[in-house]
Amino acid sequence: MKKWFKKHQNFNFITGAAITGILLFTVFVSIFATPYDTTAMSVADKFAKPSFTHWMGCDNYGRDILSRVMEGMGNTFLIAVLTVLIGTVFGVIVGSLCGYFGGLLDDILMRINDVLFSFPSILLALVIISLLGTGRLNVTLALGIAFIPSFARIVRSEVKKQCSLDYVKSAALMGAGHIRIIFVHILPNIMPVLLSSVMIGFNNAVLAEAGLSYLGIGVQPPAASLGRMLSEAQSYLFTAPWYAIFPGIVIVLTVLGFALLAEGTTEEN
Amino acid sequence: MSENLVSLRDVEVSFTSGSFKKTEKKVLKGVSFDIKPGEILGLAGESGSGKSTIAKAILKMVDIKAGSMERNTNHPQMIFQDPYGSLNPAYSISWIMQEPLRMSTKLSAAQRREKVALMLNEVGLDESYMERKPGELSGGQRQRICIGTALMREPKLLIADEPVSALDVTVASQVLALLKRLHEEKHIAILFISHDLRTMYNFCDRIMILRDGRIIEEGVPKEMYKNPKEEYTRLLLKSAGI
Repeated sequence: MKKWFKKHQNFNFITGAAITGILLFTVFVSIFATPYDTTAMSVADKFAKPSFTHWMGCDNYGRDILSRVMEGMGNTFLIAVLTVLIGTVFGVIVGSLCGYFGGLLDDILMRINDVLFSFPSILLALVIISLLGTGRLNVTLALGIAFIPSFARIVRSEVKKQCSLDYVKSAALMGAGHIRIIFVHILPNIMPVLLSSVMIGFNNAVLAEAGLSYLGIGVQPPAASLGRMLSEAQSYLFTAPWYAIFPGIVIVLTVLGFALLAEGTTEEN
Repeated sequence: MSENLVSLRDVEVSFTSGSFKKTEKKVLKGVSFDIKPGEILGLAGESGSGKSTIAKAILKMVDIKAGSMERNTNHPQMIFQDPYGSLNPAYSISWIMQEPLRMSTKLSAAQRREKVALMLNEVGLDESYMERKPGELSGGQRQRICIGTALMREPKLLIADEPVSALDVTVASQVLALLKRLHEEKHIAILFISHDLRTMYNFCDRIMILRDGRIIEEGVPKEMYKNPKEEYTRLLLKSAGI
């Protein structure tokens, strides 16, 4: 453990890990308990200011904002993680095949990739959602697909770089097949780059989910997500600023935490 | 008379570049030679003469456009010029050296480790290197590991593409001595590719001079160095300071 700390002694990594750790812990707690019921309304508490009973105040229905932020974080995290997972898995498969084999396959897949890449990812996600319909699962799927091209591109260029090194030829001489060369010999060597782009991707996914929910097509009410809370809060920005401020702070913290983690992991490698 | 390990007849190889307007560049223009079992064959020539392409042709890494290549040996192995790029940086020495066994045999992990330990001793290193990563080793040590890894599949032919030109002089001579010893002990034929005629003089049984994709001269070092037939060979010898 001591050794581990010594090895990871860089400011970005530690701060990032601390912020992300606290947020993840909060999400974990919210699965079992939140201070108040997340959907319980109370007329008396409508627009209650932040106080000791309601730490982050209450919203327009008198619901406890802290409880809703906790639940919303869970939803946002879940969507972001799944999105990045879809993007990474397919991005790695497409990118490594293109980078390794090159030729016609590379040309075809990368041109399709370019077409997808030319849309802003939110817009692409909107198109896919309009085909699939709204809902948490569809949003995840849409964002995941929208994230594939950027990962594919990064992985392709990294794999291409590795392919010029002799150890890849050496692996072929050892008798390893193409698939083994790609996923066992090359992939571990692009991990550092992949890892930091996963972290950045996670950030973009959090923001994209917030954006989609803000537009009203992500998580459906009464379920909470950070983006949806922001969009609901904008009508009361002046009467109850805490309604927008706290979910906003949590989004900023999440993005900051992961950005620092990403920065930290790159530094280490 | 035993059969040749590899025989090339009028082999031509060319590379194309550009995706729309294809330009073809001939690298090998009709190369013929044989590699006999257990000999050290030197292949000399300036950069760009097609030395490495011959190695790739024998290893079937490039397509042969014309001519024929016959190989009477399975999986010939190769040692690369750059010892820093030829070992996978993500894995330990033990993992790398086990990989050929993992692919071609059904040995258990313990048996594989045992073989790796033996091979490490043979290339002049010891078991303490097993858990190290390539990044922790020097160029000479890496080249030894490369040789050891290449020998794991017990090849009859080893292609050494400028194996010592990235090493300093003392380390280079140690690595060459190791190659020579392994060659004598295991009767491995070596195709020694180099631009350095000095090292080749003592090391090779036979030397071929390659220029612009053609073999222009071939002979035993002693005779060739004394009275080279070709003007180009004379030039190479002169630039090597012989």
